[in-house]
Amino acid sequence: MTVVEVDRLHKEYRAKVAVDDVTFDVQQGEIFGIIGPNGAGKTTIAECIEGLRVPDRGTIRVLGLDPQRDRRELRRVLGGQLQESALPDKLTVAEAISLYSSFYTAPADGAALLDGLGLAAVRNRRYRKLSGGQKQRLSVALALIGQPRIAVLDELTTGLDPQARRDTWQLIRGIRDQGVTILLVTHFMEEAERLCDRMMLVTAGRVAAIGSPADLIASAGLEQRVRFHPSGPLADGLLAAVPGVRMVARSGGEVTVIGTGDVVGAVAFALAQAGIVAERLNVQRASLEDAFVALTSSPGSRSYADEGSHAEEGSDAEEGSHARERSYAKEGARR
Amino acid sequence: MTANRSALGRLAITEAKLLLREPVALFWGFAFPIVLLIIMGLSAPRPQADLGGLRLVDVYEPIVITFVITVLSIQGMPAALASYRERGVLRRLALTPAGPLRVLAAQLAVNFTVAMATTAGVLVAGRLAFGVALPRHLLAFLAVLMVLTGAMLAIGLLVTAVAPTGRTASVIGAMLFFVLMFFAGLWIPRALMSESLRQASNYTPLGAGVRAMQDSIFGSGPALAPLALLGAYAVISAAVAVRVFRWQ
Repeated sequence: MTVVEVDRLHKEYRAKVAVDDVTFDVQQGEIFGIIGPNGAGKTTIAECIEGLRVPDRGTIRVLGLDPQRDRRELRRVLGGQLQESALPDKLTVAEAISLYSSFYTAPADGAALLDGLGLAAVRNRRYRKLSGGQKQRLSVALALIGQPRIAVLDELTTGLDPQARRDTWQLIRGIRDQGVTILLVTHFMEEAERLCDRMMLVTAGRVAAIGSPADLIASAGLEQRVRFHPSGPLADGLLAAVPGVRMVARSGGEVTVIGTGDVVGAVAFALAQAGIVAERLNVQRASLEDAFVALTSSPGSRSYADEGSHAEEGSDAEEGSHARERSYAKEGARR
Repeated sequence: MTANRSALGRLAITEAKLLLREPVALFWGFAFPIVLLIIMGLSAPRPQADLGGLRLVDVYEPIVITFVITVLSIQGMPAALASYRERGVLRRLALTPAGPLRVLAAQLAVNFTVAMATTAGVLVAGRLAFGVALPRHLLAFLAVLMVLTGAMLAIGLLVTAVAPTGRTASVIGAMLFFVLMFFAGLWIPRALMSESLRQASNYTPLGAGVRAMQDSIFGSGPALAPLALLGAYAVISAAVAVRVFRWQ
Protein backbone atom coordinates (compact mmCIF):
# COMPACT_ATOMS: atom_id res chain seq x y z
CA MET A 1 0.00 0.00 0.00
CA THR A 2 1.28 3.41 -0.92
CA VAL A 3 1.45 5.70 2.10
CA VAL A 4 3.11 8.77 0.62
CA GLU A 5 2.76 9.86 -2.98
CA VAL A 6 4.69 12.85 -4.25
CA ASP A 7 4.18 13.91 -7.84
CA ARG A 8 6.30 16.60 -9.54
CA LEU A 9 6.85 18.56 -6.35
CA HIS A 10 8.35 21.98 -7.01
CA LYS A 11 9.38 24.64 -4.49
CA GLU A 12 11.32 27.86 -4.89
CA TYR A 13 12.61 30.31 -2.30
CA ARG A 14 13.01 33.83 -3.72
CA ALA A 15 13.54 32.52 -7.26
CA LYS A 16 16.06 29.93 -6.08
CA VAL A 17 14.83 26.46 -6.95
CA ALA A 18 14.97 24.29 -3.81
CA VAL A 19 13.01 21.29 -5.09
CA ASP A 20 12.58 20.62 -8.78
CA ASP A 21 9.98 18.16 -10.11
CA VAL A 22 10.52 15.50 -7.48
CA THR A 23 8.38 12.38 -7.83
CA PHE A 24 8.48 9.34 -5.57
CA ASP A 25 6.33 7.15 -3.34
CA VAL A 26 6.71 5.44 0.00
CA GLN A 27 5.17 2.07 0.80
CA GLN A 28 3.47 0.99 4.02
CA GLY A 29 5.90 -0.24 6.67
CA GLU A 30 9.15 0.66 4.96
CA ILE A 31 11.97 2.88 6.10
CA PHE A 32 12.42 5.28 3.23
CA GLY A 33 15.47 7.50 3.20
CA ILE A 34 15.79 10.93 1.67
CA ILE A 35 19.53 11.33 1.32
CA GLY A 36 21.77 13.92 -0.24
CA PRO A 37 24.30 16.62 0.55
CA ASN A 38 23.47 19.60 2.74
CA GLY A 39 21.30 22.09 0.91
CA ALA A 40 20.03 19.52 -1.59
CA GLY A 41 16.40 20.15 -0.66
CA LYS A 42 15.84 17.11 1.58
CA THR A 43 14.32 19.03 4.46
CA THR A 44 12.13 21.09 2.12
CA ILE A 45 10.68 17.88 0.68
CA ALA A 46 10.04 16.52 4.19
CA GLU A 47 8.42 19.77 5.35
CA CYS A 48 6.11 19.87 2.32
CA ILE A 49 5.00 16.35 3.23
CA GLU A 50 4.47 17.44 6.85
CA GLY A 51 2.39 20.40 5.68
CA LEU A 52 4.80 22.96 7.15
CA ARG A 53 5.65 24.38 3.72
CA VAL A 54 3.38 25.06 0.79
CA PRO A 55 4.63 23.62 -2.53
CA ASP A 56 4.63 25.91 -5.55
CA ARG A 57 3.55 23.07 -7.84
CA GLY A 58 2.91 19.36 -7.72
CA THR A 59 0.73 17.15 -5.59
CA ILE A 60 1.38 15.34 -2.33
CA ARG A 61 -0.83 12.70 -0.76
CA VAL A 62 -0.12 11.25 2.68
CA LEU A 63 -2.49 8.37 3.46
CA GLY A 64 -4.73 9.98 0.87
CA LEU A 65 -4.63 13.36 2.63
CA ASP A 66 -3.52 16.66 1.13
CA PRO A 67 -1.02 18.11 3.66
CA GLN A 68 -2.35 21.64 3.11
CA ARG A 69 -6.09 21.10 2.77
CA ASP A 70 -6.39 18.21 5.26
CA ARG A 71 -3.87 19.58 7.75
CA ARG A 72 -6.04 18.78 10.74
CA GLU A 73 -6.42 15.08 9.89
CA LEU A 74 -2.77 14.81 8.86
CA ARG A 75 -1.54 15.97 12.27
CA ARG A 76 -3.31 13.04 13.90
CA VAL A 77 -1.59 10.37 11.79
CA LEU A 78 1.83 11.90 11.12
CA GLY A 79 4.52 12.34 13.74
CA GLY A 80 7.34 14.72 12.99
CA GLN A 81 10.75 15.46 14.35
CA LEU A 82 12.44 18.72 13.44
CA GLN A 83 16.12 19.48 13.17
CA GLU A 84 16.43 22.20 15.79
CA SER A 85 15.73 22.10 19.51
CA ALA A 86 12.05 22.78 19.95
CA LEU A 87 11.24 22.72 23.67
CA PRO A 88 11.45 25.35 26.42
CA ASP A 89 14.69 25.15 28.44
CA LYS A 90 13.06 24.57 31.79
CA LEU A 91 10.55 21.92 30.76
CA THR A 92 11.39 18.47 32.13
CA VAL A 93 11.38 15.29 30.06
CA ALA A 94 8.33 13.91 31.85
CA GLU A 95 6.45 17.20 31.47
CA ALA A 96 7.20 17.33 27.75
CA ILE A 97 5.88 13.79 27.33
CA SER A 98 2.73 14.44 29.33
CA LEU A 99 2.12 17.74 27.50
CA TYR A 100 2.47 16.14 24.07
CA SER A 101 0.36 13.15 25.17
CA SER A 102 -2.51 15.55 25.86
CA PHE A 103 -2.53 16.59 22.18
CA TYR A 104 -3.64 13.17 20.95
CA THR A 105 -6.77 11.12 21.49
CA ALA A 106 -4.92 7.80 21.80
CA PRO A 107 -1.35 8.52 22.88
CA ALA A 108 1.33 5.88 23.31
CA ASP A 109 2.49 4.82 26.78
CA GLY A 110 4.91 7.63 27.61
CA ALA A 111 6.75 5.73 30.35
CA ALA A 112 7.38 2.76 28.05
CA LEU A 113 8.56 5.08 25.29
CA LEU A 114 11.04 6.79 27.63
CA ASP A 115 12.24 3.38 28.79
CA GLY A 116 12.79 2.20 25.24
CA LEU A 117 14.77 5.32 24.43
CA GLY A 118 16.89 5.12 27.58
CA LEU A 119 15.42 8.34 28.96
CA ALA A 120 13.72 6.94 32.07
CA ALA A 121 16.64 7.92 34.31
CA VAL A 122 16.48 11.57 33.23
CA ARG A 123 12.70 11.93 33.23
CA ASN A 124 12.83 14.75 35.80
CA ARG A 125 15.72 16.56 34.17
CA ARG A 126 15.10 19.87 32.42
CA TYR A 127 15.52 20.07 28.67
CA ARG A 128 18.47 22.47 28.91
CA LYS A 129 20.39 20.03 31.10
CA LEU A 130 20.07 17.12 28.66
CA SER A 131 22.99 15.99 26.51
CA GLY A 132 22.72 16.36 22.75
CA GLY A 133 21.87 12.69 22.38
CA GLN A 134 19.20 12.82 25.06
CA LYS A 135 17.59 15.83 23.36
CA GLN A 136 17.56 13.95 20.08
CA ARG A 137 15.99 10.88 21.67
CA LEU A 138 13.38 13.01 23.40
CA SER A 139 12.46 14.55 20.06
CA VAL A 140 12.07 11.03 18.65
CA ALA A 141 9.84 10.16 21.61
CA LEU A 142 7.66 13.21 20.96
CA ALA A 143 7.39 12.28 17.29
CA LEU A 144 6.04 8.86 18.31
CA ILE A 145 3.87 9.79 21.31
CA GLY A 146 0.74 10.18 19.18
CA GLN A 147 1.04 6.64 17.79
CA PRO A 148 1.45 7.97 14.24
CA ARG A 149 1.08 5.79 11.15
CA ILE A 150 3.93 7.63 9.54
CA ALA A 151 6.90 9.30 11.21
CA VAL A 152 9.17 11.85 9.55
CA LEU A 153 12.58 11.96 11.19
CA ASP A 154 15.00 14.68 10.10
CA GLU A 155 18.73 14.12 10.82
CA LEU A 156 17.82 12.16 13.90
CA THR A 157 21.26 10.86 14.86
CA THR A 158 23.24 14.06 14.29
CA GLY A 159 25.43 14.64 17.33
CA LEU A 160 24.98 11.14 18.79
CA ASP A 161 27.91 8.98 19.81
CA PRO A 162 28.27 5.67 17.94
CA GLN A 163 26.58 3.59 20.65
CA ALA A 164 23.62 5.96 20.99
CA ARG A 165 23.35 6.04 17.20
CA ARG A 166 23.13 2.26 17.01
CA ASP A 167 20.57 2.19 19.82
CA THR A 168 18.47 4.73 17.96
CA TRP A 169 18.65 2.69 14.76
CA GLN A 170 17.49 -0.36 16.70
CA LEU A 171 14.59 1.64 18.08
CA ILE A 172 13.61 2.87 14.61
CA ARG A 173 13.61 -0.70 13.30
CA GLY A 174 11.43 -1.70 16.24
CA ILE A 175 8.92 1.03 15.39
CA ARG A 176 8.91 0.01 11.75
CA ASP A 177 8.25 -3.58 12.84
CA GLN A 178 5.08 -2.31 14.54
CA GLY A 179 3.88 -1.16 11.13
CA VAL A 180 4.83 2.51 11.25
CA THR A 181 6.14 3.87 7.97
CA ILE A 182 9.27 5.91 8.44
CA LEU A 183 10.60 8.72 6.31
CA LEU A 184 14.20 9.34 7.24
CA VAL A 185 16.05 12.46 6.16
CA THR A 186 19.80 12.08 6.48
CA HIS A 187 23.14 13.03 4.98
CA PHE A 188 24.80 10.25 6.93
CA MET A 189 25.40 7.40 4.49
CA GLU A 190 26.17 4.64 6.95
CA GLU A 191 22.83 5.31 8.59
CA ALA A 192 20.98 5.19 5.28
CA GLU A 193 22.76 2.01 4.22
CA ARG A 194 22.03 0.19 7.47
CA LEU A 195 18.52 1.40 8.11
CA CYS A 196 16.69 2.14 4.87
CA ASP A 197 14.74 -0.36 2.82
CA ARG A 198 14.67 2.10 -0.06
CA MET A 199 16.01 5.55 -0.51
CA MET A 200 15.99 8.52 -2.78
CA LEU A 201 19.18 10.39 -3.52
CA VAL A 202 18.58 14.11 -3.99
CA THR A 203 21.07 16.59 -5.38
CA ALA A 204 20.39 20.24 -6.10
CA GLY A 205 16.66 19.70 -5.67
CA ARG A 206 16.44 16.84 -8.17
CA VAL A 207 16.13 13.09 -7.78
CA ALA A 208 19.45 11.48 -8.72
CA ALA A 209 18.42 7.87 -7.98
CA ILE A 210 15.77 5.84 -6.18
CA GLY A 211 16.15 2.26 -4.96
CA SER A 212 17.49 -0.04 -2.28
CA PRO A 213 21.01 0.63 -0.99
CA ALA A 214 22.25 -2.27 -3.14
CA ASP A 215 20.47 -0.83 -6.20
CA LEU A 216 22.09 2.52 -5.70
CA ILE A 217 25.55 1.04 -5.28
CA ALA A 218 25.08 -1.06 -8.42
CA SER A 219 23.72 1.87 -10.43
CA ALA A 220 26.80 3.93 -9.64
CA GLY A 221 28.84 1.28 -11.53
CA LEU A 222 31.76 1.59 -9.18
CA GLU A 223 34.74 -0.69 -9.31
CA GLN A 224 35.90 -3.02 -6.60
CA ARG A 225 39.41 -4.05 -5.70
CA VAL A 226 40.60 -7.47 -4.60
CA ARG A 227 44.11 -7.85 -3.22
CA PHE A 228 45.70 -11.15 -2.22
CA HIS A 229 48.85 -13.25 -2.19
CA PRO A 230 48.35 -16.36 -4.36
CA SER A 231 49.33 -19.62 -2.68
CA GLY A 232 50.93 -20.88 -5.90
CA PRO A 233 52.07 -19.70 -9.30
CA LEU A 234 49.37 -17.72 -11.05
CA ALA A 235 49.25 -17.51 -14.86
CA ASP A 236 49.01 -13.93 -16.14
CA GLY A 237 46.02 -14.55 -18.41
CA LEU A 238 43.91 -16.44 -15.87
CA LEU A 239 42.35 -13.51 -14.05
CA ALA A 240 42.30 -11.09 -17.00
CA ALA A 241 39.83 -13.46 -18.68
CA VAL A 242 37.39 -13.43 -15.74
CA PRO A 243 34.18 -11.52 -16.56
CA GLY A 244 34.08 -8.02 -15.04
CA VAL A 245 37.82 -7.78 -14.52
CA ARG A 246 39.36 -4.67 -16.04
CA MET A 247 42.85 -4.69 -14.66
CA VAL A 248 45.27 -7.07 -12.97
CA ALA A 249 48.46 -5.79 -11.39
CA ARG A 250 51.31 -7.44 -9.51
CA SER A 251 53.55 -5.92 -6.96
CA GLY A 252 55.99 -8.28 -5.33
CA GLY A 253 53.95 -11.25 -4.19
CA GLU A 254 50.67 -9.35 -4.12
CA VAL A 255 48.08 -9.39 -6.89
CA THR A 256 45.52 -6.58 -7.25
CA VAL A 257 42.40 -7.12 -9.35
CA ILE A 258 40.07 -4.26 -10.24
CA GLY A 259 36.68 -4.76 -11.81
CA THR A 260 32.96 -4.17 -11.69
CA GLY A 261 29.84 -6.18 -10.89
CA ASP A 262 30.36 -9.42 -8.95
CA VAL A 263 34.04 -9.43 -9.66
CA VAL A 264 34.91 -10.71 -6.20
CA GLY A 265 32.85 -13.86 -6.61
CA ALA A 266 34.11 -14.46 -10.14
CA VAL A 267 37.77 -14.11 -9.12
CA ALA A 268 37.25 -16.43 -6.15
CA PHE A 269 35.68 -19.01 -8.45
CA ALA A 270 38.50 -18.80 -11.02
CA LEU A 271 41.13 -19.18 -8.30
CA ALA A 272 39.35 -22.15 -6.78
CA GLN A 273 39.19 -23.87 -10.17
CA ALA A 274 42.91 -23.34 -10.63
CA GLY A 275 43.50 -24.76 -7.15
CA ILE A 276 44.97 -21.53 -5.82
CA VAL A 277 44.15 -20.13 -2.41
CA ALA A 278 43.96 -16.34 -2.00
CA GLU A 279 45.98 -15.60 1.11
CA ARG A 280 45.77 -12.35 3.06
CA LEU A 281 42.71 -11.51 1.02
CA ASN A 282 41.53 -7.90 1.13
CA VAL A 283 38.36 -6.73 -0.64
CA GLN A 284 37.39 -3.12 -1.10
CA ARG A 285 33.75 -2.90 -2.08
CA ALA A 286 32.09 0.31 -3.10
CA SER A 287 30.01 1.57 -0.18
CA LEU A 288 26.87 3.63 -0.40
CA GLU A 289 29.06 6.60 0.37
CA ASP A 290 31.17 5.88 -2.73
CA ALA A 291 27.99 5.49 -4.78
CA PHE A 292 26.65 8.71 -3.30
CA VAL A 293 29.75 10.61 -4.33
CA ALA A 294 29.81 9.06 -7.80
CA LEU A 295 26.12 9.76 -8.38
CA THR A 296 26.12 13.30 -7.02
CA SER A 297 29.40 14.76 -8.23
CA SER A 298 29.35 16.48 -11.59
CA PRO A 299 32.49 16.17 -13.76
CA GLY A 300 33.53 19.65 -12.64
CA SER A 301 33.42 18.85 -8.97
CA ARG A 302 35.35 15.65 -9.50
CA SER A 303 38.36 17.38 -10.96
CA TYR A 304 38.67 19.32 -7.72
CA ALA A 305 39.45 16.11 -5.91
CA ASP A 306 42.05 15.37 -8.59
CA GLU A 307 44.11 18.34 -7.61
CA GLY A 308 44.86 16.64 -4.34
CA SER A 309 43.95 19.75 -2.36
CA HIS A 310 41.09 18.12 -0.48
CA ALA A 311 42.89 18.00 2.85
CA GLU A 312 43.04 21.78 2.98
CA GLU A 313 39.57 22.26 1.59
CA GLY A 314 37.81 20.13 4.19
CA SER A 315 37.00 22.37 7.13
CA ASP A 316 36.08 19.52 9.44
CA ALA A 317 36.80 15.85 9.74
CA GLU A 318 33.62 14.82 7.98
CA GLU A 319 34.24 16.95 4.93
CA GLY A 320 37.80 15.70 4.84
CA SER A 321 36.67 12.10 4.68
CA HIS A 322 34.13 13.01 2.00
CA ALA A 323 36.89 14.48 -0.09
CA ARG A 324 39.00 11.39 0.34
CA GLU A 325 36.14 9.15 -0.70
CA ARG A 326 35.61 11.39 -3.64
CA SER A 327 39.18 11.05 -4.81
CA TYR A 328 38.93 7.28 -4.47
CA ALA A 329 35.81 7.23 -6.60
CA LYS A 330 37.60 9.28 -9.18
CA GLU A 331 40.59 6.95 -9.22
CA GLY A 332 38.26 4.04 -9.69
CA ALA A 333 36.45 5.72 -12.53
CA ARG A 334 39.61 6.73 -14.30
CA ARG A 335 41.36 3.38 -14.36
CA MET B 1 -12.51 17.96 20.66
CA THR B 2 -12.12 16.74 24.25
CA ALA B 3 -8.48 15.93 23.57
CA ASN B 4 -7.93 19.44 22.28
CA ARG B 5 -9.66 21.08 25.21
CA SER B 6 -7.48 19.15 27.64
CA ALA B 7 -4.52 20.14 25.46
CA LEU B 8 -5.22 23.81 26.16
CA GLY B 9 -5.49 23.10 29.90
CA ARG B 10 -2.21 21.15 29.81
CA LEU B 11 -0.51 23.94 27.93
CA ALA B 12 -1.75 26.54 30.41
CA ILE B 13 -0.56 24.47 33.39
CA THR B 14 2.79 23.95 31.68
CA GLU B 15 3.21 27.64 30.91
CA ALA B 16 2.30 28.51 34.52
CA LYS B 17 4.93 26.07 35.80
CA LEU B 18 7.52 27.51 33.46
CA LEU B 19 6.69 31.04 34.65
CA LEU B 20 7.19 29.93 38.27
CA ARG B 21 10.68 28.70 37.26
CA GLU B 22 11.74 32.20 36.15
CA PRO B 23 13.03 33.94 39.29
CA VAL B 24 13.63 37.22 37.43
CA ALA B 25 10.08 37.35 36.14
CA LEU B 26 8.73 36.55 39.61
CA PHE B 27 10.83 39.29 41.17
CA TRP B 28 9.69 42.03 38.78
CA GLY B 29 6.15 40.78 38.35
CA PHE B 30 5.36 40.00 41.98
CA ALA B 31 7.93 40.76 44.70
CA PHE B 32 9.20 44.15 43.49
CA PRO B 33 5.74 45.78 43.10
CA ILE B 34 4.77 44.82 46.66
CA VAL B 35 8.11 46.12 47.98
CA LEU B 36 7.60 49.35 46.03
CA LEU B 37 4.18 49.79 47.62
CA ILE B 38 5.63 49.23 51.10
CA ILE B 39 8.43 51.76 50.48
CA MET B 40 5.89 54.36 49.36
CA GLY B 41 3.77 53.63 52.41
CA LEU B 42 6.66 53.99 54.86
CA SER B 43 8.42 56.97 53.29
CA ALA B 44 5.55 59.51 53.38
CA PRO B 45 2.75 58.38 55.70
CA ARG B 46 0.84 61.72 55.77
CA PRO B 47 -1.77 62.99 53.29
CA GLN B 48 -0.33 65.59 50.94
CA ALA B 49 -2.24 68.61 49.64
CA ASP B 50 -0.49 68.48 46.25
CA LEU B 51 -1.69 64.87 45.86
CA GLY B 52 -5.31 65.95 46.32
CA GLY B 53 -5.29 65.10 50.01
CA LEU B 54 -4.17 61.51 49.42
CA ARG B 55 -1.08 59.80 50.79
CA LEU B 56 1.78 58.71 48.52
CA VAL B 57 0.81 55.05 49.00
CA ASP B 58 -2.78 55.78 47.89
CA VAL B 59 -1.53 57.43 44.71
CA TYR B 60 0.96 54.67 44.02
CA GLU B 61 -1.37 51.72 44.43
CA PRO B 62 -2.87 51.96 40.91
CA ILE B 63 0.61 52.71 39.51
CA VAL B 64 1.97 49.55 41.12
CA ILE B 65 -0.93 47.57 39.62
CA THR B 66 -0.13 48.90 36.11
CA PHE B 67 3.52 48.06 36.78
CA VAL B 68 2.60 44.41 37.35
CA ILE B 69 0.39 44.25 34.27
CA THR B 70 3.06 45.90 32.12
CA VAL B 71 5.90 43.66 33.29
CA LEU B 72 3.83 40.57 32.51
CA SER B 73 2.34 41.60 29.18
CA ILE B 74 5.03 43.80 27.59
CA GLN B 75 8.20 42.21 28.96
CA GLY B 76 7.49 38.64 30.03
CA MET B 77 5.07 37.35 27.42
CA PRO B 78 6.69 38.74 24.23
CA ALA B 79 10.15 37.53 25.25
CA ALA B 80 8.80 34.06 25.99
CA LEU B 81 6.75 33.75 22.80
CA ALA B 82 9.40 35.25 20.51
CA SER B 83 11.98 32.83 21.87
CA TYR B 84 9.51 29.98 21.30
CA ARG B 85 9.25 31.06 17.70
CA GLU B 86 13.01 31.51 17.36
CA ARG B 87 13.76 28.06 18.74
CA GLY B 88 11.17 26.18 16.73
CA VAL B 89 8.76 25.52 19.61
CA LEU B 90 5.87 27.00 17.62
CA ARG B 91 6.84 25.07 14.48
CA ARG B 92 7.04 21.85 16.44
CA LEU B 93 3.55 22.50 17.84
CA ALA B 94 2.32 23.13 14.30
CA LEU B 95 3.06 19.44 13.68
CA THR B 96 0.67 18.35 16.44
CA PRO B 97 -3.13 18.43 16.53
CA ALA B 98 -2.86 21.17 19.22
CA GLY B 99 -1.25 23.70 16.88
CA PRO B 100 0.73 26.82 17.82
CA LEU B 101 -2.32 29.05 18.38
CA ARG B 102 -3.08 27.23 21.63
CA VAL B 103 0.25 28.10 23.19
CA LEU B 104 -0.57 31.76 22.52
CA ALA B 105 -3.93 31.29 24.18
CA ALA B 106 -2.24 29.54 27.12
CA GLN B 107 0.27 32.38 27.54
CA LEU B 108 -2.52 34.97 27.47
CA ALA B 109 -4.57 33.03 30.00
CA VAL B 110 -1.64 32.50 32.38
CA ASN B 111 -0.48 36.13 32.26
CA PHE B 112 -4.03 37.39 32.68
CA THR B 113 -4.52 35.15 35.71
CA VAL B 114 -1.23 36.15 37.29
CA ALA B 115 -2.06 39.84 36.73
CA MET B 116 -5.42 39.41 38.48
CA ALA B 117 -3.88 37.47 41.38
CA THR B 118 -1.07 39.98 41.90
CA THR B 119 -3.52 42.87 41.74
CA ALA B 120 -5.55 41.21 44.49
CA GLY B 121 -2.30 40.79 46.45
CA VAL B 122 -1.45 44.50 46.03
CA LEU B 123 -4.95 45.55 47.14
CA VAL B 124 -4.81 43.31 50.20
CA ALA B 125 -1.26 44.40 51.13
CA GLY B 126 -2.23 48.08 50.75
CA ARG B 127 -5.31 47.60 52.88
CA LEU B 128 -3.65 45.57 55.66
CA ALA B 129 -0.36 47.46 55.90
CA PHE B 130 -1.47 51.03 55.26
CA GLY B 131 -5.25 51.05 55.36
CA VAL B 132 -5.57 52.03 51.71
CA ALA B 133 -9.26 52.07 50.80
CA LEU B 134 -10.52 49.12 48.77
CA PRO B 135 -12.16 50.20 45.50
CA ARG B 136 -15.32 52.14 46.24
CA HIS B 137 -16.76 51.09 42.87
CA LEU B 138 -15.68 47.46 42.83
CA LEU B 139 -17.43 46.37 39.63
CA ALA B 140 -16.16 49.42 37.74
CA PHE B 141 -12.68 48.73 39.09
CA LEU B 142 -12.83 45.12 37.86
CA ALA B 143 -14.01 46.32 34.46
CA VAL B 144 -11.12 48.79 34.24
CA LEU B 145 -8.65 46.12 35.34
CA MET B 146 -9.82 43.68 32.68
CA VAL B 147 -9.90 46.17 29.82
CA LEU B 148 -6.49 47.50 30.83
CA THR B 149 -4.98 44.01 31.07
CA GLY B 150 -6.58 43.10 27.74
CA ALA B 151 -5.13 46.20 26.08
CA MET B 152 -1.66 45.57 27.48
CA LEU B 153 -1.68 41.89 26.48
CA ALA B 154 -2.76 42.92 22.98
CA ILE B 155 0.13 45.39 22.80
CA GLY B 156 2.38 42.58 24.05
CA LEU B 157 1.16 40.36 21.21
CA LEU B 158 1.96 43.15 18.78
CA VAL B 159 5.51 43.34 20.17
CA THR B 160 5.76 39.55 19.76
CA ALA B 161 4.49 39.81 16.20
CA VAL B 162 7.04 42.38 15.04
CA ALA B 163 10.11 41.26 17.03
CA PRO B 164 12.27 38.86 15.01
CA THR B 165 13.97 37.27 18.08
CA GLY B 166 13.47 36.83 21.80
CA ARG B 167 16.26 39.33 22.41
CA THR B 168 14.71 42.07 20.26
CA ALA B 169 11.37 41.41 21.93
CA SER B 170 13.05 42.06 25.29
CA VAL B 171 14.63 45.30 24.03
CA ILE B 172 11.40 46.61 22.49
CA GLY B 173 9.53 45.59 25.64
CA ALA B 174 12.02 47.40 27.90
CA MET B 175 11.82 50.62 25.88
CA LEU B 176 8.04 50.52 25.79
CA PHE B 177 8.01 49.77 29.51
CA PHE B 178 9.88 52.97 30.41
CA VAL B 179 7.80 55.20 28.15
CA LEU B 180 4.47 53.73 29.25
CA MET B 181 5.38 53.65 32.95
CA PHE B 182 6.52 57.26 32.75
CA PHE B 183 3.05 58.30 31.63
CA ALA B 184 1.52 56.06 34.30
CA GLY B 185 3.29 58.31 36.83
CA LEU B 186 5.94 55.91 38.15
CA TRP B 187 8.52 58.73 38.41
CA ILE B 188 6.20 61.73 38.66
CA PRO B 189 2.65 60.92 39.84
CA ARG B 190 -0.02 62.28 37.50
CA ALA B 191 -1.19 64.77 40.14
CA LEU B 192 2.26 66.40 40.04
CA MET B 193 2.57 66.42 36.24
CA SER B 194 2.21 69.68 34.32
CA GLU B 195 -1.19 70.13 32.74
CA SER B 196 0.06 69.39 29.21
CA LEU B 197 1.95 66.29 30.37
CA ARG B 198 -1.14 65.03 32.18
CA GLN B 199 -3.21 65.60 29.04
CA ALA B 200 -0.70 63.55 27.04
CA SER B 201 -0.78 60.89 29.75
CA ASN B 202 -4.56 60.65 29.39
CA TYR B 203 -4.07 59.29 25.87
CA THR B 204 -1.55 56.58 26.75
CA PRO B 205 -2.83 53.16 27.82
CA LEU B 206 -1.33 53.26 31.31
CA GLY B 207 -2.20 56.93 31.89
CA ALA B 208 -5.81 56.16 31.02
CA GLY B 209 -5.65 53.01 33.17
CA VAL B 210 -4.26 54.77 36.26
CA ARG B 211 -6.81 57.56 35.89
CA ALA B 212 -9.74 55.14 35.62
CA MET B 213 -8.49 52.99 38.50
CA GLN B 214 -7.96 55.99 40.73
CA ASP B 215 -11.48 57.20 39.98
CA SER B 216 -12.96 53.81 40.87
CA ILE B 217 -10.93 53.40 44.08
CA PHE B 218 -11.33 56.89 45.57
CA GLY B 219 -13.58 58.88 43.24
CA SER B 220 -16.98 58.73 41.71
CA GLY B 221 -16.29 55.88 39.28
CA PRO B 222 -14.34 55.89 36.01
CA ALA B 223 -15.22 58.18 33.14
CA LEU B 224 -16.19 56.56 29.88
CA ALA B 225 -13.34 58.13 27.88
CA PRO B 226 -10.41 56.18 29.39
CA LEU B 227 -12.36 52.91 29.17
CA ALA B 228 -13.20 53.53 25.51
CA LEU B 229 -9.57 54.46 24.81
CA LEU B 230 -8.31 51.23 26.43
CA GLY B 231 -10.86 49.23 24.44
CA ALA B 232 -9.59 50.86 21.26
CA TYR B 233 -5.96 50.06 22.17
CA ALA B 234 -6.95 46.44 22.76
CA VAL B 235 -8.88 45.99 19.52
CA ILE B 236 -6.43 47.81 17.25
CA SER B 237 -3.30 46.16 18.71
CA ALA B 238 -4.85 42.71 18.55
CA ALA B 239 -6.05 43.22 14.98
CA VAL B 240 -2.64 44.43 13.77
CA ALA B 241 -0.87 41.65 15.70
CA VAL B 242 -3.06 39.00 14.07
CA ARG B 243 -2.35 40.42 10.62
CA VAL B 244 1.43 40.64 10.95
CA PHE B 245 2.12 37.65 13.24
CA ARG B 246 4.86 35.34 11.97
CA TRP B 247 4.84 31.75 13.14
CA GLN B 248 8.44 31.05 12.09
